[in-house]
Amino acid sequence: MTTSASIGIVTPQRAHFDTPLALKSGGVLPAYDLVFETYGTLNATASNAVLVCHALSGSHHVAGIYADDPKSVGWWDNLVGPGKPLDTNKFFVIGVNNLGGCYGSTGPKSINPATDKPWGADFPFVTVDDWVDSHARLGERLGISQFAAVLGGSLGGMQALDWTLRYADRVRHGMIVAAAPKLSAENIAFNEVARQAILRDPDFHGGNYYEHGVVPVSGLRLARMLGHITYLSDDAMAQKFGRRLRHGEHKFHFGVDFEIESYLHYQGDKFAGFFDANTYLLTTKALDYFDPAYDYDGNLQEAMVRARAKFFIASFTTDWRFPPERSRELLFALMHGGRDVAYVELECAAGHDSFLLDDAHYHAALRAYFSNIEV
Amino acid sequence: MVSLTQDSRFDFDIITRWITPGERVLDLGCGDGDLLAHLIAERGVKGYGIERDVERVVACIAAGINVLQIDLEQGLAGFEDAQFDHVIMSLSLQAVHNTDGILSEMLRVGREAVVSFPNFGYWRHRVSIAEGHMPVSDILPYEWFNTPNVRFFTMADFELLCQKRGITVLQRVAFDEDREITTDPNNYASVAIYRLGR
Repeated sequence: MTTSASIGIVTPQRAHFDTPLALKSGGVLPAYDLVFETYGTLNATASNAVLVCHALSGSHHVAGIYADDPKSVGWWDNLVGPGKPLDTNKFFVIGVNNLGGCYGSTGPKSINPATDKPWGADFPFVTVDDWVDSHARLGERLGISQFAAVLGGSLGGMQALDWTLRYADRVRHGMIVAAAPKLSAENIAFNEVARQAILRDPDFHGGNYYEHGVVPVSGLRLARMLGHITYLSDDAMAQKFGRRLRHGEHKFHFGVDFEIESYLHYQGDKFAGFFDANTYLLTTKALDYFDPAYDYDGNLQEAMVRARAKFFIASFTTDWRFPPERSRELLFALMHGGRDVAYVELECAAGHDSFLLDDAHYHAALRAYFSNIEV
Repeated sequence: MVSLTQDSRFDFDIITRWITPGERVLDLGCGDGDLLAHLIAERGVKGYGIERDVERVVACIAAGINVLQIDLEQGLAGFEDAQFDHVIMSLSLQAVHNTDGILSEMLRVGREAVVSFPNFGYWRHRVSIAEGHMPVSDILPYEWFNTPNVRFFTMADFELLCQKRGITVLQRVAFDEDREITTDPNNYASVAIYRLGR
């Protein structure tokens, strides 16, 4: 048994970029900041760097804790650290907050230098391609000409996939977990309901709520409640909550009766307390637009021809947001191009959220794959 | 599924003989990836394995073998016609329910198929049945109540199926332990290996 430990206290860093970033939407970010964290040590040949891309609500804070807040454990701390599957004794790991985010990288909350006011509704649409372009610049800044691996779950997996296509020579291993090569109509439908909840909140003020000193709490809360339903599986919900009652009896009111309602309210309230509504809108649109086969008449095989990396793909049997069939689409497209690939389809009850948990087989597969990556 | 220790996997040598260097190979029920590792070392193949058991999948990943965790009972949907030069199924055919379907899928996805299986017509097995008991041997180490094998057939049965389905037997090698059997193999061979085509 390998002994593993937390990476311990970590400190975020900030990189400022003056070179304008041309965005896929046609907009331009004249200058921007990226907030990031690193764990482990970059080796002399800079061959051991692993970029971890975050999903919808994630951040650059992948592992470790902040000195002033012992509860601030990174979102993928069970995976990243000394002796852990993504072993920081071997790898130099980077987490970065995406552009348009609300954890410190330039986003709708940031001050627009042209107006000296928060960007708000004027913040340009950002896409997975734009994020990856900005990550690539951060890589250059850190002296990394090629990543040993780019890893991500869900929307993070889409960024990892994008890396292997648009920066094919700069990544040796693409590691894509609980993701899909594009969203389904149903996925987009859920996103649109979440967005409408925010857009129709009277406190949204067309995206410029910062000036009004309010937050569209109600919309954000609804969006998150809806999201959480899609992150869990029917089984997981039945196991965790069943039809258990909050007050032990039916109250015949519109307050909380069932435990599942209480859970969703709690998750919604928590999220609305810190997440930025504009970031939520932009990020769900980035998800919707992501489609590497779009410029190839929908032919994913053709789109994947550019890839040069080796691949690790994982899906979870109870994930109905991005079910195993979606990972298999990617898998078969990669095999068509003769790419090396390992694919695990894990039986894990927790639905889409499984990718954040430490299921023994899941972590064993990741550990085995990482141990084979030469640095 | 039958258990043979690695140094007794004499079927590996036969299979290797039938593979030309640089081929694209798919190994169904690839276990820990031993055969693919052997074929990569000996023939430089581009190989992929399919395995259902997660611990074996992890073993393949640790060995750097391309492995896909897919249940073979679902067939080979998603694979393209003639995507591989050889589709191999080593000592697993008797553990698949849909024998007929998987054979036809192997010859759709592969230019040729290679299968090996324990011959239930082997004389020792016949003796065992004649004495009133299901056979248990080195190559069939399980009892009837715990065996992962679900199809029990002889070389003669298999060849009849091939004939009915228009599958051509291109080559056949049969063994009793590590001794090649050429006379009446349906009676004297415990394991058979076939190279098949359309």
